Amino acid sequence: MRREIPLIITATVGIAYIIQYFIPHTPFDKVEALFSDWLSIIAACAIWLGALNLLKLSFINVSKRKKDWFFSLVIIMSWLTMAMVGISEGPGFQEPGTKFDWLYNNVYTPLSATMFAMLAFYVASASYRAFRARNFQATLLLVAAFLVLSGRVLFDEIVFGFLPADWKILSTISDFIMQVLNTAGQRAILIGIALGTVSTSLRIILGIERSYLGSD
Amino acid sequence: MLRFKAAIFTLLLLLLFCLSAAAQTAEELSDTAALEEPVYEIPRLAQVTNFEAKDSPDDAGGEIELTWDLSVDDKKEDGLVSKYVVLRSQNPTSDFHIVGVANHRDSSYIDKNLKEGTDYYYKIVTFPKYQGEVRLTREEIDPLMEQYPELTELDIKDVSMLAEYDRDIMSVFDDNILGISRVAGPVKSRAQWFNSKDLDTLIIGLTICISVVIFIGMARGGRKLFLRRIGGLQAIENAIGRATEMGKSILFIPGIQDMDDVQTVAGITILGRIAKTIAEYDTKINMPVSRSIVMTTARETIKEAYLSAGRPDAYSDDMVHYITDEQFGYVAAVDGIMVREKPATCFYLGAFFAESLIMAETGNSIGAIQIAGTAMPAQLPFFVAACDYTLIGEELFAASAYLSGEPKQLGSLKGQDVGKFIAMVFIIIGAVFATLAALTGSEDILEITNMIKSWFSA
Repeated sequence: MRREIPLIITATVGIAYIIQYFIPHTPFDKVEALFSDWLSIIAACAIWLGALNLLKLSFINVSKRKKDWFFSLVIIMSWLTMAMVGISEGPGFQEPGTKFDWLYNNVYTPLSATMFAMLAFYVASASYRAFRARNFQATLLLVAAFLVLSGRVLFDEIVFGFLPADWKILSTISDFIMQVLNTAGQRAILIGIALGTVSTSLRIILGIERSYLGSD
Repeated sequence: MLRFKAAIFTLLLLLLFCLSAAAQTAEELSDTAALEEPVYEIPRLAQVTNFEAKDSPDDAGGEIELTWDLSVDDKKEDGLVSKYVVLRSQNPTSDFHIVGVANHRDSSYIDKNLKEGTDYYYKIVTFPKYQGEVRLTREEIDPLMEQYPELTELDIKDVSMLAEYDRDIMSVFDDNILGISRVAGPVKSRAQWFNSKDLDTLIIGLTICISVVIFIGMARGGRKLFLRRIGGLQAIENAIGRATEMGKSILFIPGIQDMDDVQTVAGITILGRIAKTIAEYDTKINMPVSRSIVMTTARETIKEAYLSAGRPDAYSDDMVHYITDEQFGYVAAVDGIMVREKPATCFYLGAFFAESLIMAETGNSIGAIQIAGTAMPAQLPFFVAACDYTLIGEELFAASAYLSGEPKQLGSLKGQDVGKFIAMVFIIIGAVFATLAALTGSEDILEITNMIKSWFSA
């Protein structure tokens, strides 16, 4: 029964979701909102599992002085600070001007932006590796990347600035690569994704795919 | 004498007071008259034609769809029409009130939140642009809004225009001043039992589902099905073996979405297969997650995998641990784990956004074998650039079935190919018809092209 019950729940919910897509009549029109509410409730309860798990592991790391335990101490301190400030300010703790809001905007947001900013450097290093002309395909990629980049920056203006606007071929080629070749490729991937989604959903709803239950 | 002077003085004061009061009253009266008298001539516009009200199709009830042909004045360049005001009543002759506004050049409106089974009547008012200046103050507007809450559908210019025309603001809608359509109705809203707009989706979906079921049957019957080689999936076992030989852990990232995202589900199904191999090889797995429900699901999946591999003792809940729901907080923690623990193998299987490249590049910098898979087209180039193997789109969904090697699972993949074949056929037909329509300018061919397009668009 440990495996049958999850399979029955999965099949029932999956079929109900499909039916509500095609039948707008009551009670099917309420199904999506109902399941979304359930998911929100479960997620709200589950967040405590996650938060407590984080605290538990961090406390263990600190108490046993495991390697890099100091980082766990930072987690505990940050967790407790945000929780205590939020609780002390009551239900409106997220309102602008509260201490919680101040901490979020002046501590979390800059740290988050710092992580995001690292992306610029990673793009450069990944591009360097990807655009090395090791074989024909990589060379093709390099040429396409050069044309797209040249068309998207002021290169066209600087080099071909003296030509009439219609003759600025780099931006035209860049637009062609992005709008025709790139879009065609992306759509092909999207069609595959849509079909893969249908197939995976069907396997799970019909109980053919059971690996998430640990059995074949 | 003194008394006489005092009486004269008092009389003079009284006279002055009366004169000033009379002047003030006259001024007020003239002001009132100015507001009560029509000082603004509202332009008379042509009403809409072919106005119809019908139950909104393919809905859950409670909606009525109104359609009309534009007023002649709205078809002109720089026309005088600013909007179409929708009036509704449950009585065909009276009690009409404003329920909504459609922009000029719009020829339809959907009235929502109605009672099912109730008769409704509608009128459309062709509403003019106000050419004058707004003369009403906030103090004058607020009481009007309180008296007629439906005026919130209009803007301050419209209210000012109506008030300037007549202080009894709503009477304008009853007079024959504005271009008011004929009454449409009675019409009732009803819920439908089938959404006919999605009939094409149902047919295509059923075709794919039936072909999946047929191929599963064929595979069960012992028929050999050819599946192309997927490099990323064949490398999984090698990657786990490498981690085992090096005595290092395996990092598994299931994306940053919750269990309601099919990519996360696909990632977890692959985890079930990978975890079994990890248990058999007696290697360590580390799975930091950004969603609590994913943590619970992944724990159950890994526990069951260890159980089916005959190694329940090797399982620990701490293999899967929650970090944070915040995107970059999670990335910072995962990067930290990578740099400190230096896992030999990193799996990124699920839904990823901007964090994909940050994690994959960090993994690359520590020399880990990296296998990624996502159905986010914008993140695929990053994974291709930074990882050793990438499962592109559908390969992520096919992975679990491919790894299982079971006939019924492989049959479902072949069924998916039927869907691809249908897509290819219609892409070619659509491209041919679109090209012919562009070359010949034929309306009939264009109509066929649009019909094909409509089958595959939402």
